[in-house]
Amino acid sequence: MAADLLRSLLRRPAGMISACLLLLLYGAALFAPFLSPTIPSAQDLSRTYHPPTALVWQNGHLSVRLYRLVDPSTATYEPLPDQTATLRWFSHGPAYKFFWLIPSTRHLFTVSSPATIYLLGSDATGRDVFTRLLYGAGISLSIGLIGVALTSFLGLTIGGLAGYLGGWPDTLAMRLTEFLMAVPGLYLLLALRAALSSRFPSDATFLLIVVILSALGWAGTARVVRGLVLSLRERPFILAANVIGQRPWTILFRHLLPNTFSYLIVAATLSVPGYILGEAALSFLGLGIQEPSSSWGLMLGQAQDIKIFMLNFWWLLTPGLAIILTVIAFNLLGDALRDAVDPRFRLPGK
Amino acid sequence: MPPLLQVSNLSVHFPVKSGFLQRQTGVVKALDGVSLEIEKGSTLGLVGESGSGKTTLGRAIVRLIDPTAGSVSYQGHVISTLRGSDLRPYRKKIQMVFQDPYNSLNPRLRIGTILAEPLEIHFPKMSPSDRATRVAELLELVGLDPAHARRFPHEFSGGQRQRIGIARALAVEPEFIICDEPVSALDVSVQAQIVNLLMDLQEKLNLTYLFIAHDLAVVEHVSDQIAVLEHGKLVEEGPSELITTHPTHPYTQRLLASIPSLQ
Ligand SMILES: Nc1ncnc2c1ncn2[C@@H]1O[C@H](COP(=O)(O)OP(=O)(O)OP(=O)(O)O)[C@@H](O)[C@H]1O
Ligand SMILES: [Mg+2]
Repeated sequence: MAADLLRSLLRRPAGMISACLLLLLYGAALFAPFLSPTIPSAQDLSRTYHPPTALVWQNGHLSVRLYRLVDPSTATYEPLPDQTATLRWFSHGPAYKFFWLIPSTRHLFTVSSPATIYLLGSDATGRDVFTRLLYGAGISLSIGLIGVALTSFLGLTIGGLAGYLGGWPDTLAMRLTEFLMAVPGLYLLLALRAALSSRFPSDATFLLIVVILSALGWAGTARVVRGLVLSLRERPFILAANVIGQRPWTILFRHLLPNTFSYLIVAATLSVPGYILGEAALSFLGLGIQEPSSSWGLMLGQAQDIKIFMLNFWWLLTPGLAIILTVIAFNLLGDALRDAVDPRFRLPGK
Repeated sequence: MPPLLQVSNLSVHFPVKSGFLQRQTGVVKALDGVSLEIEKGSTLGLVGESGSGKTTLGRAIVRLIDPTAGSVSYQGHVISTLRGSDLRPYRKKIQMVFQDPYNSLNPRLRIGTILAEPLEIHFPKMSPSDRATRVAELLELVGLDPAHARRFPHEFSGGQRQRIGIARALAVEPEFIICDEPVSALDVSVQAQIVNLLMDLQEKLNLTYLFIAHDLAVVEHVSDQIAVLEHGKLVEEGPSELITTHPTHPYTQRLLASIPSLQ
């Protein structure tokens, strides 16, 4: 069934394109330390707001131009004529840990100092935007996946049990979801974040954000799963399971919940953008991921400086583009999945 | 010797709730003091219009619904008050075939898994390979290819699915099967095949049936006795030929008149 689903998904152009794009993005996030020429905390105060360096073909090698700072007050750089530095492939650079475990110094490409390569320019402290974008992808993208996994799990268990058991567990769960859905999400998010921590280490903040987002997000999933379980419960195959003497818990886990999966997959895919945007919003407002870690929201937040608009440092807005692309890709994938699961979005077999 | 199944004064009332607070404002008397007996090896046909309570009676017997009043006894033992593990031995003896073959098989499970499930519950000592053999046997018994065990329900036609539903009911080696309109969702050409399969199986396995249908033509063909339900009450009961040739109750006469082939 999973293979069938994948095949019919990839037959749809929107599904194919968005799946490829997401694969690319997640791949980039996973291999960020290797793909980036430096590390995200490497500063160079003599090269702030550096524009993207031009790549040229010189003597049979890909090379970068060298630049000269013309006017520090407006951060105007000028390429030095005929001065280039060759790109070195698979070379050694700043040390990092691959998958947080394997120490390595190998990078896909670097240039030897004093030249630097800024594919997407540098920020206010001369850090490479391209590198920070790649590292930030890890946080921004994984928050979506972890958050959705957590929400789906919570929604499935709470909604499934509420629908199956009925009675007071059902009433309790439904009142709780109504409460969560009645409070405007962003305010609750901000209030929770403000109440829960003032100064946390960066990885703890990451977990905190995921937990807060999931604690608010499960309500919708739980309500739909409950509704599905209520309607499935009366379907003859569930009645048949009762008549052959199957135990209630086995009925719940073997017959009821698996039949809500196709809905869950679609719902999960469509709600990933919510998490990415939630993290971005928090980080943008300074309540999310903290320096020196990077995330797309944080980078965008740091780019909200009048100087950036006045002097057209457009490269500092690329994290916004990355967010837009990811959100669109997930929405397209969700739509394609919905079509693949079932054109009329009915329950399986009905 | 008590009859195999005895239904005494059985009533099922559903609460009717309405209004903002969902207060109970009345009841639907789906069954109202119904009494029946079924002898071992025979078929009782149960007819009645839509909404007359036929399904409710079948479900109350297999304890999918708790009766409001009255009792159901099986071989002289009251089963309508049993719960949990006390009920399990009767789950092995009494089975049900459902009206809607398109919804009576879990769409996510292979046929082999669906048919193995009752075996796991009622024959826990069976080894996996014995179970597979038994599943193949069951498929053959209902006229399907044993290789079908690897397929999913959506790969079958309505008639084939109903055969699988019958195979699932037979898996536990039951004595008594409630067939709730087993053919009314099927194509006319397939209906006769399924009815004949059920009759063959009855002979081969010495089964007892409660055969529910809303048209008398099908019921007449399979039943020894016929009972007629109207608005939850039994209005007429007797041997099959007698009911179809000399109905006494006006409701039965109306039902009979609505069968085109007998006019
Ligand atoms: N779970 C329920 N809650 C409330 N009312 C119910 C419920 N199940 C059945 N009823 C009512 O009980 C009555 C009898 O329904 P039942 O399904 O037994 O009829 P039936 O004879 O099987 O009809 P059909 O031929 O359409 O299958 C109907 O009026 C129905 O609306
Ligand atoms: Mg019915």
